[in-house]
Amino acid sequence: MTISSLDLDAKLGLYRSQVELRQFEKRAYDLFLENYVKGTSHLSLGQEAIAAGFAAAMREDDYTFATYRGHAHTLARGVPMTGVLAELMGRTNGLMAGKGGSMHLTSVEHGVMGSYAIIGAHLPIACGAAWSAQYRGSGQVAVCFFGDGTTNIGAFHEALNFAAIWKLPVVFVCENNLWMEYTRTSEITAVEHPAADRASAYGLESIIVDGNDVDAVFEVAKKAIDRARAGEGPSMIEAKTYRQAGHSRADPGKYRPDEEVAEWLAKDPIPMYHARLLAEGATEAQLSEIDRAVAAMVDLATEEAKAGETPGADLLMKDVWADGGSAWRN
Amino acid sequence: MAQLTFREAIARGIAQEMRRDESVLMIGEDIGAAGGVFKGTVGLFEEFGGIRVRDTPISEQAILGAAMGAAMTGLRPIAEIMFSDFFAVCWDIVVNEIAKSRYMTNGQMTFPLVIRSGNGGGLRFGAQHSQSVENWAMQVPGLKVVVPSNALDVIGLMAAAVRDPDPVIFLEAKALYATKMEVPDGEIVDTLGSAKVVRKGSSATIVTIGAMVPRSLAAAEELAAQGIDCTVVDVRSLIPLDTQTILREVSATGRLFTVEENPRVLGWGAEISSIVAEELFYDLDGPIVRITTPHIPLPAADALEDMAIPSVSRIVEEISRSMNG
Repeated sequence: MTISSLDLDAKLGLYRSQVELRQFEKRAYDLFLENYVKGTSHLSLGQEAIAAGFAAAMREDDYTFATYRGHAHTLARGVPMTGVLAELMGRTNGLMAGKGGSMHLTSVEHGVMGSYAIIGAHLPIACGAAWSAQYRGSGQVAVCFFGDGTTNIGAFHEALNFAAIWKLPVVFVCENNLWMEYTRTSEITAVEHPAADRASAYGLESIIVDGNDVDAVFEVAKKAIDRARAGEGPSMIEAKTYRQAGHSRADPGKYRPDEEVAEWLAKDPIPMYHARLLAEGATEAQLSEIDRAVAAMVDLATEEAKAGETPGADLLMKDVWADGGSAWRN
Repeated sequence: MAQLTFREAIARGIAQEMRRDESVLMIGEDIGAAGGVFKGTVGLFEEFGGIRVRDTPISEQAILGAAMGAAMTGLRPIAEIMFSDFFAVCWDIVVNEIAKSRYMTNGQMTFPLVIRSGNGGGLRFGAQHSQSVENWAMQVPGLKVVVPSNALDVIGLMAAAVRDPDPVIFLEAKALYATKMEVPDGEIVDTLGSAKVVRKGSSATIVTIGAMVPRSLAAAEELAAQGIDCTVVDVRSLIPLDTQTILREVSATGRLFTVEENPRVLGWGAEISSIVAEELFYDLDGPIVRITTPHIPLPAADALEDMAIPSVSRIVEEISRSMNG
């Protein structure tokens, strides 16, 4: 894989982005344990390179469609940490004032067009945004992230065919972390590569990338996004990765063999990239300065989120309708 | 003025809005050159072309997902689900995605879209192509639900639905597609959430929608011959619901009969009955009576289907029995 399109500054940016996602997710987990974050949450620990690499390849007005495992994809588009953390904590300074929660992070002004918690549902919706961009001639591209488990639901197949026949500017990104919730994906999927092996059924190229290598992710993302923007239609990319934690807050992930976990921890995208950047001329001081700055940023976001107000009754009945209200009768 | 069928009125209403606003697009199965399986989109493909009137595969989730994605990014799509029974295969997109997303995102998104669908029985299509599903949609916070009963209302309510900033489920009674009426020329725009009093009486008030409106009107004529003079209210829009018109008309006669095509349990009339019972209890002179399809899947045989869906004679019989009982 050629990595020539990125200079050292850009790569330091990718490093920083991954560190932000990592430190944020760790803080989110700590705040669960302290009972500041309620409900459920699905962390992207170990999968940061995919979010960071794609976000860097996107234009500012491109669309992100994420899943319930969407903290990383939301933050990677430049959404402030405070808003995301406060949303997890159910505060009015949250992205959606606490009305959506961890699984539905949305920031339209940053192109984050929603995080969707029904498996597969957002693939057709991403097609719709891409169709709209195509009709309006805006040059925007929709990038739609989903997990390996999604490849076995009907909406996945409807969306791929739909995108292919209309040559929609959409990039489908399967984050294959090997586990569909608590079950090994290979045990419940007819093909070895759940997304890539299905691509040919829709006339698409079979693309697999090392999802823990942010440079590789960036290159493959850029190519697919450029292609979509040029009117050449959709792509599907399968990024191989691993979630270092369980499926959700409630899951310690005990079903995974220790040696598998150890193997993938050794392939952790961040230490790997740290080493690469040192080899390519970055200094230890530069990288630890980034680590320190991000830690301060997460601390500040935590304080700001904690200081947010608890939503009041005024929000309860708001915004069912476009007029801001919820009246269904006169 | 022109004689227009209900199905022609659909195409006219859509064409009126597509001429006015380039962001209005239409997608669905067989809606393009074929003009729709119920011929509700005849002429649109010819006038607006295949980019704005676009055929889709048989992929209801993709159709409605596409409509949602387009609506959240500035377009005003009209999507067709051929038979409303098929909502069952794409109900997630309607209920979990379209209906909830504005609220969940604290108002960051709006969904100005219309989902049209052929609804209800009478065509001997059997249980999977005949159900009246207005009560499914009515139960979902975040959806508006429109059920027109005649060609003029089709045009005006379609225009109102397309211009509305919220998602509208537009249910077309299949049994009415061939019905005709005189419709004025020129632009027609109606209002969502306004019921119409289509017959004024003094003995009892029939509240109804869609294909049950003409049947209720015919029943009212027969009842008038028996000395029972009925008001008939065509609700037209279940959400938003014009409760004030219903309360006023029920209060004037002291009796409420709902005539509903949906299966009995939690049909739309149950909510209206509950509102009337809560807010008008002391003005009622007798029990509220709901005349509905029984709680069964619809049978295909004409003889059986006719027994299931409220007929003119059943409406007459049930109202007469209750008024004289």
